Amino acid sequence: MKKWFRRNSVQEAIAGYTFLLPNLLGFILFTSLPVLASLLLSFMKWDLLSWPPRFVGFENFIHLFQDPDFWKYCWNTVYLMMGIPLGMGGSLMLALFMNQKLKGIVFFRTIYFLPTLCSGVAIFMLWRIMYNPEFGAINTMIAKFGTMIGLNLQGPNWLNDEAWAKPALILMGVWQSIGGYNMILYLAALQGVPRELYDAAEVDGANSWQKFWAVTWPQISPTTFFIAIMSVIGGFQGGFDSARIMTGGGPNGSTTTIIYELYNNAFVWYKMGYAAAIAWVLFVIVFIFTLLQWRFYGNKVHY
Amino acid sequence: MDLEKVKRHHQRKQIFKKVFSYTFLIVGSITMLAPFLWMVTTSLKNPGEVSAFTESSWRDWIPVSFVWKNYARVFQAVPFLRFYFNSIFVTVCTTVGQVATSAMAAYAFARLQFPGRDKIFFGYLATMMVPGAVTMIPVFILLRYLGWVDTYKAMIFPGIFSAYGTFMLRQFFLTMPRELEDAAKIDGCSYFGIFWKIILPLSKPALATLTTFTFMGSWMNFMWPLIVINTHEKFTLPVGLSYFQDMYTTNYTLLMAGSMMMILPILIVFMFNQRFFVEGIKLAGLKG
Repeated sequence: MKKWFRRNSVQEAIAGYTFLLPNLLGFILFTSLPVLASLLLSFMKWDLLSWPPRFVGFENFIHLFQDPDFWKYCWNTVYLMMGIPLGMGGSLMLALFMNQKLKGIVFFRTIYFLPTLCSGVAIFMLWRIMYNPEFGAINTMIAKFGTMIGLNLQGPNWLNDEAWAKPALILMGVWQSIGGYNMILYLAALQGVPRELYDAAEVDGANSWQKFWAVTWPQISPTTFFIAIMSVIGGFQGGFDSARIMTGGGPNGSTTTIIYELYNNAFVWYKMGYAAAIAWVLFVIVFIFTLLQWRFYGNKVHY
Repeated sequence: MDLEKVKRHHQRKQIFKKVFSYTFLIVGSITMLAPFLWMVTTSLKNPGEVSAFTESSWRDWIPVSFVWKNYARVFQAVPFLRFYFNSIFVTVCTTVGQVATSAMAAYAFARLQFPGRDKIFFGYLATMMVPGAVTMIPVFILLRYLGWVDTYKAMIFPGIFSAYGTFMLRQFFLTMPRELEDAAKIDGCSYFGIFWKIILPLSKPALATLTTFTFMGSWMNFMWPLIVINTHEKFTLPVGLSYFQDMYTTNYTLLMAGSMMMILPILIVFMFNQRFFVEGIKLAGLKG
């Protein structure tokens, strides 16, 4: 009996390794080794052509932290994340409206999901043209609205203006994400709030506003927290596609984010070591927020 | 208290709430749809019409003449069909590969006992929070040494192996009851048989979720193909479209026609699989 059992477990182990193997190979080759390699690379100077890479110690990091432009790009990245609370507030409001017994809700949900569904290069091209100061849709609307109320309104120079380029990207981001994943997550969370809690609040004479703050908001707080952390983690790594298509990182570097700077260093200027250093700074930031998420999930959130 | 009065008051409140909700949702929908409408109309205009926009009225939202030729010109300007083919090929290979390897690994992690299993799984967990930006540079260097730069392999292979997909499916497999497997084992079913005939059919929702997300992610991926591909013949749609924009920076009618052609297939796929999207997002959110 014991022998049979042992042979069986050997078989199981072989099966286990076989099932794991394809994924594990790829994991080692494309994830775990590259993580180590990029850490090593961040202490080197290398232009990809010369051999071997030159070890420079902490020079890349010192250079990075002393570069005022890098701090500016960090600020840009954080600034662009102002769209996160805006978008989340919008998504929640939309979810509240959709969480009612109304006819045609599926139809509305589809429409609000369209910008998320089509996101990417095509949408960025569309918005680049819509932001055209002379004949783009946005400024035309502003001008027409002005004529309607008898004023000569003129929209800003949006993507070509250092002060307006970031707000323009934020506005587009809110439009794009408001009815997307976050809204659906909120909708699911709202549907999970126990009916009894609302009944109890009603017996106590709470109005809609009080019911929202006393029942809904605390009940959906795990979802809010999940969305917020995921968005922040994504936000630190974001901004490449839109900058590449719409602004080229400009004007005057005002829409260059951390990841865009990394791309330029690595694949335009071939400063591999310096780019790897940027990647590790990014990693540390993301790591801090991930820890925060785990801590919070461990302590505060009840299901 | 007059019960009739209270009831009527309540009813009126309900109607007001409904009207308000519909107004909000409709105004919002118009905001969502207007840019798309603008895209369609711009794509059907003569180039001269676009710049004449400011002078005239709301009727600008309708093109004077429907210039379907714009769409034909896109195909003449760049090998758009080729971009379609590349995108479909890369996306399908990546998706099938990722779902297959993730499901296999997840089965091993969730159901099979072997030495080192939990240590390896911890390794997977630990790298899940590593930003793609960290591995991007060494993977590019690796592909260069393999001679894979500017090949389909460079676009497909790094995307096939996903710690996240493995994690998600493992969590799902863990929630499944073991009784069926035990019965199959007693009947002499092999591990592969159990995986193929029991685990996979029972985890269709999770597999559909992973498929949907991988598909969308790969279809829209812009940065990675931009990094590893140099020749036009191998461009995927996003890179091809961006290249198209660099060529025709100010030809807005053509650019919008190109954009339309990029989003149309997604819209069509979505119409038929809407349920998967919504369920998938919920599932991913709960598991995350």
